[in-house]
Amino acid sequence: MTKATEKMTGARAFIECLYREGVDTIFGYPGGVLLPIYDELYDADIRHILVRHEQAAVHGAEGYARATGKTGVCIATSGPGATNLVTGIANAYMDSIPMVVFTGQVPSSLLGNDAFQEANITGITMPITKHNYLVQDANELPRIIKEAFHIASTGRPGPVLIDLPKDVTVQEIDFYYPDKVNLRGYNPTYHGNMQQIKKAAALIGKAKNPVIYAGGGVISSDASKELIELAEKVKAPVTTTLTGMGGFPVEHELFLGMPGMHGTKYANYAIQESDLLIAVGARFDDRVTGKLKAFASDAEIIHIDIDPAEISKNVKVDIPIVGDAKWILQKLLKYADPSQSEKWLDRIAHWKKTNPLHYVPPGTGDGIKPQYIIEQISEACKDAIIVTEVGQHQMWAAQYFKFSEPRTFITSGGLGTMGYGFPASIGAKIARPDRVVFDIAGDGSFQMNSQELATVVKEDVPVIVAIFNNGYLGMVRQWQELFHNRRYSATCIQDSVDFVKLAEAYGALGIRATKRDEVRPAIEQAIASGRPTVIDFVVECEENVSPMVPAGAAINEILDLERKE
Amino acid sequence: MRHTLAVLVENKYGVLTRVAGMFSRRGYNIDSLTVGVTDDPTMSRMTIVVRGDDEVLEQVTKQLNKLIDVIRVTDLKSEDSVERELALIKVNSDVTNRSEIMQIADIFRARIIDVASKSMVIEVTGDEGKINAIEQLLRPFGIKEMVRTGKVALKRGQKSS
Ligand SMILES: Cc1ncc(C[n+]2csc(CCOP(=O)(O)OP(=O)(O)O)c2C)c(N)n1
Ligand SMILES: [Mg+2]
Repeated sequence: MTKATEKMTGARAFIECLYREGVDTIFGYPGGVLLPIYDELYDADIRHILVRHEQAAVHGAEGYARATGKTGVCIATSGPGATNLVTGIANAYMDSIPMVVFTGQVPSSLLGNDAFQEANITGITMPITKHNYLVQDANELPRIIKEAFHIASTGRPGPVLIDLPKDVTVQEIDFYYPDKVNLRGYNPTYHGNMQQIKKAAALIGKAKNPVIYAGGGVISSDASKELIELAEKVKAPVTTTLTGMGGFPVEHELFLGMPGMHGTKYANYAIQESDLLIAVGARFDDRVTGKLKAFASDAEIIHIDIDPAEISKNVKVDIPIVGDAKWILQKLLKYADPSQSEKWLDRIAHWKKTNPLHYVPPGTGDGIKPQYIIEQISEACKDAIIVTEVGQHQMWAAQYFKFSEPRTFITSGGLGTMGYGFPASIGAKIARPDRVVFDIAGDGSFQMNSQELATVVKEDVPVIVAIFNNGYLGMVRQWQELFHNRRYSATCIQDSVDFVKLAEAYGALGIRATKRDEVRPAIEQAIASGRPTVIDFVVECEENVSPMVPAGAAINEILDLERKE
Repeated sequence: MRHTLAVLVENKYGVLTRVAGMFSRRGYNIDSLTVGVTDDPTMSRMTIVVRGDDEVLEQVTKQLNKLIDVIRVTDLKSEDSVERELALIKVNSDVTNRSEIMQIADIFRARIIDVASKSMVIEVTGDEGKINAIEQLLRPFGIKEMVRTGKVALKRGQKSS
C-alpha cells in the first residue's frame, strides 16, 4: 500500500493530527515558542478556549474529559507555562483521566543551556504522567501524537505529555498519519481470566454478607449499567467512592453511599461486617480504608481492576481479576448466582434507618446550613453536572446530592486540588452545553482560580459557581477544632472580597443569599439567567462535615460531629 | 531477600531515568543496576539487583511493567541463571610483595592488567562472593581504589521467554 503523504510544517501537522483524533476543543495559553502553532490554530476548525492561567487549561481539559469520556487536550508555552500545568497533570494522573498535554519548548539547539523560558518539563512530569515525549524530529510527530492519544485513553487512562521544541513546529515534513500504534511494551489486558471470574462467581453465590465497593474505574470503563445489573442480580449492596459517585444511582435501594472518612455509617459498617467484598475499579485509598489492618478483616476480597499494579498494593486480595470492569462485570453477571443476603439486607436497612446522614437544621435562626444548599440544588436540577472544589463543601456535595447517572460528579479525588472545580466546570459545560453545570465551591478554593471569570464571560460558558462562603478554610478549621484545641491558625479568610461585586466586575451575574429562604430562589435565578453566575451563599461558618472517621481509626469507629443548636 | 531482575527496555533516551525514578519514588532499594544494548540495537537490557520480600518484588515487577518503555521483566533465580560481576582493584604493591599478590590473583583466576612501581591493577570476574573474597585477601596490602560493575545475569539454557 502506498502511503498518502503531503508536505507541511510541524505546526500544521499538529493540527492535522488533532483533526484525526477528533479533537474539537483545546484549552490553552500562548507564548513565544508556540507562535507557529497558534498561527495555525487561528483558522483551524478547533475551538480554542483561552484561559487566564495555564492551571485552568489543564483542569478545563480534565473537566471536559470527565464529562464526556473523551480525551481532554490542552497546551501551554515553555518554561512557566509548562510548569503552571504541573498541578493539573498530577491531578489527572491521580484520578486516571485521559488527557494529552502539549507544551512548547525552546528550540532543540538551545536545549540544556538554561535558555530563556526553558524548563525540563519531561523530567518534571515523569512521575505524574502515564508517559511523556520530547519530540526531536517533526517527522516523528504524527506517530507520537497517535501513540499519546492511544496511551492516554486505553488501559488505565492517564495524562500523556508531548514537549514540542519550536524548531520542530517549523520543520517541513511529509505528513502521514499512521492508523496503528506499535508499542511492544504496552499491551493492557481487557479480558479477565475466565477461571478467576468463575471462582469469583462461586464465592458470590455462597456469600451471606456481600458488599460491592465501586470506584472511578466503573465510570471510566462505562460499566455503570453492568454494575447496577450485577448488584440487583446477586442482591448485594453497593458503596461508591468519591470518584465512583454517579456510577450507581443514589436513590437505588441497594445504595450505601460513600465509604470511608466522611462516608455514611452504614457503608462503613457494611464493609466491616462483610464476608465478601467485591472491589471494582477502586484502589483501596487510605481515605476509604482507614486503619488498613482493620479494614474488612473478615471478608474475602475480589478485586477487579485494569491495572495489575493495584492488585494487593494496599490490601491483600483473594481473587484478583485484571481487566476491563465492564467486560468482567458482564461475565460475572452471566455466571454469578444470587448471594444469600436476605438477612444481611435487613440488617443494612436497619442501619440505614438508625444511622442516616443528617444535619441539625437551625432551630430559630434563618441561617443557611450548607447541606441544605446541596439538597436544594439536587431538587431543583436533578440532572445537573456537579463539579467541586476541595474542602467541606466537596464532602457535602458527595453526601447530599442525589446522583443518578455517571459523569455527573466531577471532583478532585486523589490529589485534592483546591482551585480545580471552577476551571473543570468550564470544561464540563463546554462538553455538555445541554446540562446545567454547578461548581460547588469554597470561598478559599474559588479564590485559587477566580480569574477564570474572564474566560467564562468572554467565551460565554454559563456555569454557576455556588460559593459556600463560611469565611474559613473550613476543612482545615474542622481539624483544628477537633485536634488542635480550636486554635484556628491561618484558616480564617473572612471578608476576603465581595464575591458579588467580583462577578459583576468581570461581567458575570452575582447573587447573594444570606437566609435559608433565599437559597432556592437564588438557584432558580441562576439557572434561568443562562449566564455565567456566582452565587455567594453565606453559610453557617463553623458547620462540620459529619460523620467522620478520625485519622488512623478503623472505619467503623465513625463519629457524629454535628453541632447542636 | 535479594532478587535479580532482567529488564528488557526500549533503547531510547530517558529510559534509565524513568526506571531509576520509579524506584526512588516508590521507595524501593536498588543494590546495583547495569545497562547495555542487546543483540537487537533497539533494545537495552538492564540487570537490577533489588532488595525486598516477595511482595516488594511483585510490586516492583508490576510497576516496571507499567512503564511504556519496559518491554519485559524476568525474575532471574540464581539456581537457573548465570551471574557475573567484574571488578578492577588497584592495590599497593612493590617488589617485596608483588609475587605474593600475583599468587592471590592466580588463585582467583584474576588478571594483572597494570603494574606500576607502587601499585598494580587486578581485574577479576566472578559472582559476588568471589569478588568479596579477593577483596578481603587484598585488603591487608592496602586497596587504593576499586570499582565494581554491578551484576549482569542471564538465564541458563534457552532464551528467557
Ligand atoms: C492547593 C491546595 N492547597 C491546600 C489544600 C489543603 N486544604 C484542603 S481543604 C482546605 C480548605 C478549603 O477551604 P474552602 O475552599 O473555603 O472550603 P471549605 O472547606 O471551607 O468548604 C485546604 C486549605 C488543598 N487541598 N489544596
Ligand atoms: Mg470555606
